[in-house]
This record gives sequence, structure tokens and C-alpha cells, in this order.
Amino acid sequence: MTVDTIGRFERALEGLEVGFERVPAADASERIETIVEEPAVGAPLPFEGATLPESVTTTPTTADLERARTGITPVGFAIAEYGTVAIESTADGAEPISLYPDRHVAVVAESDVVPNLSAGFDRLESQFERGRDSVVFATGRSATADMGDLVHGVHGPGAVDVIVLEDR
Amino acid sequence: MAQRTRSQQADRIRHLLETEGDAVHANASSFDTQREAAYSATDDLEALRTEARSIKEDAIDRLPELLETAREAVEANGGTVYVADDAADANAYVADVVHTESEEHGITGDDDTPSVVKSKSMTTEEIDLNEALAAAGIDITETDLGEWVLQVADDTPSHIVGPAMHLERAEIAELFNERFDPDEPFETAEELTQFARDYLADHIQEADVGITGANFVVADSGTITLVTNEGNARKCAVTPDTHVAIAGVEKLIPTLSDLEPFVDLIAKSATGQSIAQYVTMLSPPTDSPTLSFDDPEEPTTTGDEAKADRDFHLVLLDNGRMDMREDDQLRETLYCIRCGACSNSCANFQSVGGHGFGGETYSGGIATGWEAGVHGQESAAEFNDLCTGCSRCVDACPVKIDIPWINTVVRDRINRSEDPAATDFLVDGLTPDMEEGGLDLGKRFFGNIGTAAKAASATAPVSNWLADADPVRGLLERTLGIDRRRDLPAFQRESLVDWFEKRGGAAASSRRASRGADVDIDREVVLYPDVYTNYVDVDRGKAAVRTLEALGVPVQVPDLPESGRAALSQGMVATADRQASRLFASLAEDLDADRDVVVVEPSDLAAMHREYERLLPERSFERLRDRSYEICEFVYGLLENGADPSALSNGNGAEPVTYHSHCQQRTLDLEAPTVAVLERCGYAPETTSAECCGMAGSFGYKREYYELSVDVGERLAEQIDGAKTVVASGTSCGDQLEGLLERDVPHPIELLAPGYRV
Repeated sequence: MTVDTIGRFERALEGLEVGFERVPAADASERIETIVEEPAVGAPLPFEGATLPESVTTTPTTADLERARTGITPVGFAIAEYGTVAIESTADGAEPISLYPDRHVAVVAESDVVPNLSAGFDRLESQFERGRDSVVFATGRSATADMGDLVHGVHGPGAVDVIVLEDR
Repeated sequence: MAQRTRSQQADRIRHLLETEGDAVHANASSFDTQREAAYSATDDLEALRTEARSIKEDAIDRLPELLETAREAVEANGGTVYVADDAADANAYVADVVHTESEEHGITGDDDTPSVVKSKSMTTEEIDLNEALAAAGIDITETDLGEWVLQVADDTPSHIVGPAMHLERAEIAELFNERFDPDEPFETAEELTQFARDYLADHIQEADVGITGANFVVADSGTITLVTNEGNARKCAVTPDTHVAIAGVEKLIPTLSDLEPFVDLIAKSATGQSIAQYVTMLSPPTDSPTLSFDDPEEPTTTGDEAKADRDFHLVLLDNGRMDMREDDQLRETLYCIRCGACSNSCANFQSVGGHGFGGETYSGGIATGWEAGVHGQESAAEFNDLCTGCSRCVDACPVKIDIPWINTVVRDRINRSEDPAATDFLVDGLTPDMEEGGLDLGKRFFGNIGTAAKAASATAPVSNWLADADPVRGLLERTLGIDRRRDLPAFQRESLVDWFEKRGGAAASSRRASRGADVDIDREVVLYPDVYTNYVDVDRGKAAVRTLEALGVPVQVPDLPESGRAALSQGMVATADRQASRLFASLAEDLDADRDVVVVEPSDLAAMHREYERLLPERSFERLRDRSYEICEFVYGLLENGADPSALSNGNGAEPVTYHSHCQQRTLDLEAPTVAVLERCGYAPETTSAECCGMAGSFGYKREYYELSVDVGERLAEQIDGAKTVVASGTSCGDQLEGLLERDVPHPIELLAPGYRV
């Protein structure tokens, strides 16, 4: 993982008007807390030393999901070139948590940021081999121009932040 | 569907130009500009396109095997595959799934009607799924904003990617204000979108079944790929616990790694985005917990339990596709990834949109293949003529489909399906074509233009005077459909071939060439006298001869057969085939003698370099292609090899010239050499960006298309307005521009030839 890849990721996210933060895992909870708008729901973070803020509901009911203004999920990997995060369909609900609330906060380990789509597909293929075979490449915010002008946040989130854990 | 008369077709096109033209043009042309930018920013674009095409070639070749692989994979995941023969079969299956699902699990929502939410899918438009489900007592709601607007308006899609592209914001606001009667009238796109989001969210939460299309289906893992910007496909797929995906069988690709070039290309070609917002790869049933908006306080289920709750059906639709696979000419259509790039790059589409340039479902260039394959030739006949063969879509297509050729072939088949008219025997004796009876008289006239031109030239100026007379224009309009508002070409009494012979032929040309140059350039040229250069714009032919001689190259101008270009434009493939063979036979000795064939008219060169691959044996095609050049391209080569540009007419070093290349010339990458030659000769050329002049040979002469051709031409004329010198490479471009600008528009070679003064 080169610093250049992270720089490229940051620039791509900037172009997509997606927030970018780079923090040590130990500081993740604190940093997420400053970003979330409550109520918030989340899928547990699988990164050692990184936790979700206590105010985040991690076993949401459908009503919690409907009410939530922020959804926080880990993502399997990210693609620097396009500013893409790979959200998995997991039993703890990462897919709907990343989709229903207005704001999605994606947490990714720095070592999981790959340079380009081709490297992304390499990761995808190894995931498929391990049985994780439903993934969304999400890039930027939900958008439409069907009503005559570009509008964000149609069916999916209108705001997205990516938190890169620099020591993971 | 009954064929429209010429005047009904003209009225319809005029109506579309007025009502939908502005919105379609704004949207399609901006997509096209963004696509060009995205393509040129992609380093390995050509490699990607080639790879994508070869994956599709392989997949369609192995389709029966991939169908079985996909079935096994989806079933192993816990889903079901249904291969539907046709629309009725597919619709009945889906209705059955919805009914079974709502009986087993009860109906979600307040009333007793099962409900379905749907993500945008052209395939379900193809089979009229919405109507079929409604008839089966099922509520169905589109969730893609564009599709939903059309559902509210009871309208049909006008574009594969932007289905409501033809509607402007104010029209949508008016529609919504009338239909939903909000407290505060909707005005902005934000207000409209917010309302749609809330309205559709309720429907998604209450739906019993979610239906999506699939952009790609990975056979060996049973993964469906959905490419969207809004996120509604994700919601439709994972919110209800039953998901039905409907896709044409051609969407199958072998493995996950085959998906990569398509994910990289599809958004670039569709809208110019580097990647779509959401590329969803699902191998359902997924692990995502089901959501129960009926029981909102229940925790969402987790673990394996969730998977058991989910149900997935993949409906793979044949509906004529397996027959298309067996059809050597239509097979390529199945490589289409439905990005809409052919529509966006098409000048005619940009003016009338998919309601003019489309059939029952599909629109734009590739729609001819789709409609002919899934709905039959009659549906394709409705709009097939709107492809002028300009070939601008060829570079836009991410899978390199030869869309103009598909249009030519289908036109040919339509020609052959007409019943012979009682008067055909009269025409048969007069035209040397290979066509059977029943062909539209206008098509037959334009397809045999060489014969007509020869006769008109022999009788000029009487023929010109006669052709301009009112009674004759009326007759031409009635019988051949030639619009009387269009200026006809003026035929010259002395053809280029005659002029060349009179001044001493090849021997005199050799003497002139040896006087002309100090550098020894060992080339000999056969200048191809196309119909237009030979009989109408003889001056550009003379300029080409003089230019070549001044640069030290001896020229021959033999009387050569027609190229077949005119016949191809009318879909007369057999005639074109015979003409191509005759032309090759006439040139074979020159090719063997290492002479170069130089062509003035770009569309004739395009025939030799593109269509002849379909008409001649491979070796003949390659020999002619490798030794034939566009005139300015050839001059560029001479200058690069030491010929002296001072022998030509030179500008002052920065002499402004506006240069309009030609659609087919641009596809052949031949705009740049002309620009380079103009620069070498002291001009400062500025090129035009408008896609096409909208004339394209016979197209603009035809009564039903006259106004469309003027509409397209005006976009070019606006770019050129005010320029001091305007040059254009193509016959039809020159004609169209001269008509619109009311000034001379010579070929660039006329500007460069010795003795020309600006």
C-alpha cells in the first residue's frame, strides 16, 4: 500500500464530494461521533481496536433503520482510482444500513485500499472464492437527473463519508 | 402496424422536432460530449473495447452451455431459474411468482392487492410486463424516477438509459402538480425529487416482490449485476423478501473476471461517468436481513435464518434471441450492453429522440437489430430509414458493433418483403440493379443514382433546367419523394473523365508531374471518379488532379464503375455487392502494378474500407483497403515524404479556414491529415464539432426527412456562421452547407490546388 494510492483515493473522493478522514483505529470511535447525525445505526466494525460510538444502534429494528439519519458500516475494500467502496451483503445488515439513512459513513482499513478497478476485481474474485458473493461497488452519492437537474440522495444516501484506518 | 405514408411520417417528425427535440438534444448531446471526454481520458480504451467484444463473442457462441451453468449456480445458491420462450411465457411466470408469494406470506401493506416495485428494465418494457401484471390484478410501481414519471404520464421511454429524456422539468412539474395536488406547487428538481423519493419509499416498503433487470449475469457464480445511479435497484432487490430479476439470455457472461471490462466501460459509454454510483453484484438469495416494515419494532433477522426467508427467481428471456444468434447479420446485436451511446452520438436521434428513432421498445441506432429480432421486421421498418449510415456510432459503441451495417441489412430485408408493384416491370428494364420487385421507387432511384447522373450529364444543361421546372419537381416529389424545397445537384455536361481525356490523359499527366516536382516521388495514382465528382462537382476532381501533378505524381482518371455506396444507403446489398466486385475487377491490374487509388468522396472511401469487408473476398478487400487513400490523406503522405508544399496554393501562415470534415471520414480517423495539410500550407483550420450535416446522401432529399435534415444541419451552420472561408470534404455536407449558408463551400483540395485564391 503506497501513500500515493491513499492520495489518489482522497482526490477521487474529493471529486465526488465525499468526506475523507484518515485516523488510527483507536481514534475511530471519537471521529465517527463528530460526523454522525443521530439517530444512527451501524454494523459492527471488524477492525481490532476500532469501535462504533455507544449511541449507534447495532442491532436495528426496521423502525430504527427507517428513522436513522446516519448508517455506519465497514467495507471490505476500496478502489482508489474511482473513489469506490465495496459494501458487502452481510447478515448484520451492512447493505440496508449503508442504503437507507441519508448519510453513509464507510470505514475501511488503509491496507484494503487498492489502486484501481483491476486490483479491485482481484479482491472481489478472492472474496467470491471464500463465499462472499454479494457486493455493491458504491461510488459517491445517490444521484439522478431525471427531474431536469442533477439532484443527490434519491433512493440512496445524499451524503457519504469515508474513514480510512491508517494503522490497519 | 401499418406503414405511414410519406406525408404522415413528415408530420410526425415535425411534431417530435417541435415537442421533444429541444429536451432530447440537450440531454443526448451532453451525454455524448461527456462520453467522448471519458473515452479520451481512458488510456487503454481500445484494448478494453476489444476485450469486451471478444467476451461477448465467446459468450454468445457458448450461450446454451452458459444457460446450464447459470441454472446450476443459481440453484446451488438457493434460487430458481426460468427460461421464458416469449413475452407471454415470462409474464405468466412472474405473475405466478407474485401470487404464490403473497398467498404464502400474506400481503404486505393495507389492501388486498399484491404489490410489486420495479427497477428500470428495458427487457420488461419489451415484454410489456406492467400491463400483464396489472391484468393479473397486481399493483406495480416503477421506482426509477424517469420511469416513474412516464408511468404517471402514461408515456413510453424515449431512450434506453434516460427514459424520460424528452420531458423538461417544467413539464414534469406541471404533470405532478395536476396529479398529486400538493399544498405548495412543485417547481425545482429538488422538490420533485424529494416528493418522488418519499412517495416511492412507501411503495418499496410495502411491496411483496421486487423486480429488477440485470445488466450482466455471471454464469458460473449466478451473480446478477445491476448498474444504477439512484440506488432504487438495490432497494428493490433487497427490501422485499422475494426478488425477481428478468434479463435477456444475451446478458450471460462466463465468469466474474469477464465482468471487469464491462464495469469499466458501461458508465463511460452511457453518461461519461468513470463508474456508475452503484454497481451491485448479487448472488441471491443474499445474506442481508429481510426488513419488515409491517412489524417495525421486530429486530431485523440475522444469520442463516435470513437467507432462508429470501426467495430469488432469475427469468432468462429468449423472445427471438436464440434465433438472432443463428442469424449471421443480426447476431452482433446480442453483444449490445444497452448503454445508449449509439443514440447519443447520432445526429438524427439528437433531433427527434427515441419516439421518432425507435420501434415498439428499443430506440436509437442499435434498435433496428433489437426490434427486428424481438418484435419483427415491421417494427424495425418504422424508423430504420433514420440511420443515414454516417457511422458516428461506430466509435461510440463500447463493444464495437457495426451498427450501420445492421441497419443496412435490415433495410435490405425490408425492401425484399414489399409486394412487387404492378409497374415494377417498367422500372426493371431501366435500372441496372440486382433488386427484386417491390422496392420503393425513391430508394430505387437513389440506389441507381450513377445511371441517372450519367443520363443527366449527357443532356445537361437541358436536364438541369428541366429538373428545376415546377411540374418536374412536383412529379419528382410524387413519384420519388424528392422534396421540392431541396436544391438539386447541377449536372455538368463535361464529366471529369472526359475533361481528363481531353487534356491528354495519362501521358499528359506524366509530363506535367515530371515538370512539377524536384523531389523524386515514385508513386502513380488512379483517381476514383465517384458519381458526384465525375458529373456534378467536377471542379474538386480537377483540383485533385492538379494538386497531385504539382507534387510530382502522375494521375489516371479511368471511367470506373460505381462503388455501391448509393445502393448500400438504400439497403440494396445485392446491387452493392455486384458493384463492389466490378470496381475491384477494374482496379485489380492497377493494384498489381502498385498504383495507389485516391478517392475524393469520403463516403466512397468508407465503402472500400468498411463495407467491402462484407462484400469482397478477404484478400481482395485487404488489397484495395491497403492501397486506397482519401485525397488529403494522400497529399499529407506526399508532404511528409519531401514533396514541396509551395507548389500549392498557400495561405499567409495564419489564414483562417473553417473545416467541416465528414462523418465517415472522422470514423476513419481522416480528419487529422486534412487539418495537418491545411496547416502545412499556411492556413489556420478550425474544425467543427457538430456530429453530422444531416444530409447524408439521399436522406435530406426525401420529403419525409427534409425538415429533420435541416434541423440537424442548422446546428452545424450555427457553428460556422461568420467564418470567412468554409471547406467541407463530403458531397452531402457541402450541399447542405451551401443551402443553409447560401455561399460556396468547396472541398479542401480546391483551396489547396495550384492557382486557387482565397
